Amino acid sequence: MIKRVPNQKAWFLVLPVILLVAFNAVIPLMTVVNYSVQETFGNNLFFWEGLRWYEEVLHSERFHASMTRQIMFTSIILLIEIPLGIAIALTMPRTGLGATLCLVLMSLPLLIPWNVVGAMWNIFALPEIGLLGHVVNIMGIDYNFTQQPVSAWITIIAMDVWHWTSLVVLLSYAGLSAIPEAFYHAAQIDTATKWQIFRYIQLPKLKHVLTIAILLRFMDSFMIYTEPFVLTGGGPGNSTTFLSTDLVKIALGQFDLGPAAAMSLIYFLIVLLLCWVFYTLMMRNEEQ
Amino acid sequence: MAEVRLQKIRHSYNANAGEKTEYALQNIDQVWDDGGAYALLGPSGCGKSTLLNIVSGLLHPTEGKVIFDNIDVTMTTPNQRNIAQIFQFPVVYDTMTVYENLAFPLKNRKMADTEIAERVKSVAEMLDLTKLLNQKASGLTADGKQKISLGRGLVRSDVNIMMFDEPLTVIDPHLKWQLRSELKQLHRRVGFTMVYVTHDQTEALTFADKVAVMYEGEVVQFGTPEELFLKPNHTFVGHFIGSPGMNFLPCEFEGGFPVFNGNRIKLTSQIEGLNSTSKIQLGVRPEFIKIDDDGFPVNITRIDDVGRYRIVKAECSGHNFNVYVPEEFEIPSENLRVSFDPQHTHIYCDGWLHDRKAAE
Repeated sequence: MIKRVPNQKAWFLVLPVILLVAFNAVIPLMTVVNYSVQETFGNNLFFWEGLRWYEEVLHSERFHASMTRQIMFTSIILLIEIPLGIAIALTMPRTGLGATLCLVLMSLPLLIPWNVVGAMWNIFALPEIGLLGHVVNIMGIDYNFTQQPVSAWITIIAMDVWHWTSLVVLLSYAGLSAIPEAFYHAAQIDTATKWQIFRYIQLPKLKHVLTIAILLRFMDSFMIYTEPFVLTGGGPGNSTTFLSTDLVKIALGQFDLGPAAAMSLIYFLIVLLLCWVFYTLMMRNEEQ
Repeated sequence: MAEVRLQKIRHSYNANAGEKTEYALQNIDQVWDDGGAYALLGPSGCGKSTLLNIVSGLLHPTEGKVIFDNIDVTMTTPNQRNIAQIFQFPVVYDTMTVYENLAFPLKNRKMADTEIAERVKSVAEMLDLTKLLNQKASGLTADGKQKISLGRGLVRSDVNIMMFDEPLTVIDPHLKWQLRSELKQLHRRVGFTMVYVTHDQTEALTFADKVAVMYEGEVVQFGTPEELFLKPNHTFVGHFIGSPGMNFLPCEFEGGFPVFNGNRIKLTSQIEGLNSTSKIQLGVRPEFIKIDDDGFPVNITRIDDVGRYRIVKAECSGHNFNVYVPEEFEIPSENLRVSFDPQHTHIYCDGWLHDRKAAE
């Protein structure tokens, strides 16, 4: 029999990774877990509270309200950005200078920092001096995103669509480019209509990139903070206060560390759960 | 089903082509009889896929005409030509079942449901797909998918011509052999005009009644597999067909007979009218070189045993050639002498078979 020589030194090779993961993920997360079950009155004094903060957050109307707004926002932008992104990708030229030009134009919004996007749209949509806001008002439509919740919502959604549809376009475009010419030839020979080509060739072939696009857009929009913060600051009233905006108000505005920590963890679990649900649903047919 | 005529087809992917080299197809003149099985054989880049796409209507030729049964279809689209094509990579509609895939071209042509069901059923039986009809097409293996794309052509009974663009590329080797013979049977059964494009000589020679060998945008020989083997029109055909291919050796002429390396080579008849400035070569297949004590001496550089035969790599003052030796035949260890079969020794002039017009 071969005598095994234990070589525990190998663990040292894993150590850097363990340290890295510990410092950037495990320790911060555990700190939050720690806060979420305790009450503090400053001076580094902590008192055990158990699951009280969780119960409080889950029963608070404020949390329900921002959750509802969050779900509404994410649903609306997904419903707009995914079909719009596919539609734009379908009409983009496949080769030549036009293709390059379109790709550059499409990438531009993605390169602009979040807070700059917020600031740009803030100025752009201001009813007195902004190009968009002023023009809309001249056309006789009463529009003021700092005063009217509906206007604020429309502005935030327009901003997000402007900023992120490109991502869906680029992913779909890549997916479309990967479809071999033979599929189109075969469809032509089978006298398929344009709609049939889309329905039976392009859409099924886009399934994987669309799964990624939906997941990315879902996560990003569900955690959106900077742009609405710069554009509306969560107002007017609380009408555009989403989960992350609310969380920051509780944690840094009111300095309620316990409830904020509990809310963070609930928020985190919701994102994780919904991602899993999305992924499972979209990949459901794969194994058959 | 239709007879296909290609008249003086030239094609360039560059719209302003002037040079000969800019043409992917040089000058193609072909007649494919109604119901025949043909193959386009050639290496990558010889223009065979271009020609296929011109016949199917996916490409329009720069010059020349495509004629189906006396009707000029040069500028029409694939569905107007009523053709079927099977591509290198299997094309199936992933979200549909096998049945829906096969029914798709008929549905689009507004055929009645009962008739569709009948046709799909008979084609599925032909292709051994009956058990899979209700399965999702995406779940099938490559050969199953390729059968579906074949089936989508077969369900249409009025197809003018059915074309195969290297259809067995992605099929496992052991299934390749099986599908190849099934294709041949199918052709006999349905009687469509079929054209098979490939770079694999076995596929071409087993499938087709007549093979067009293509080289640098030209059809260098159009003939039966036997003709291609026994009398290659061009050194390229000699090289390309057979494994190993034909041997080509430089030679001189003396009194109408070739002399290779000082040895007079026998032919069936005297050769006349040779142009002294062109490059003259003597071509003989390894199968037609005999070990013969009255022949000329050669050195053996290597012997490969390939089963029923051994291939002797012979050398004679710097010129190498292959000799087939049957398994039971003893190969002498030294002083090997060989001779060429006069019946199957040909003379090539600048690559082309000498006096090929007279031979045809």
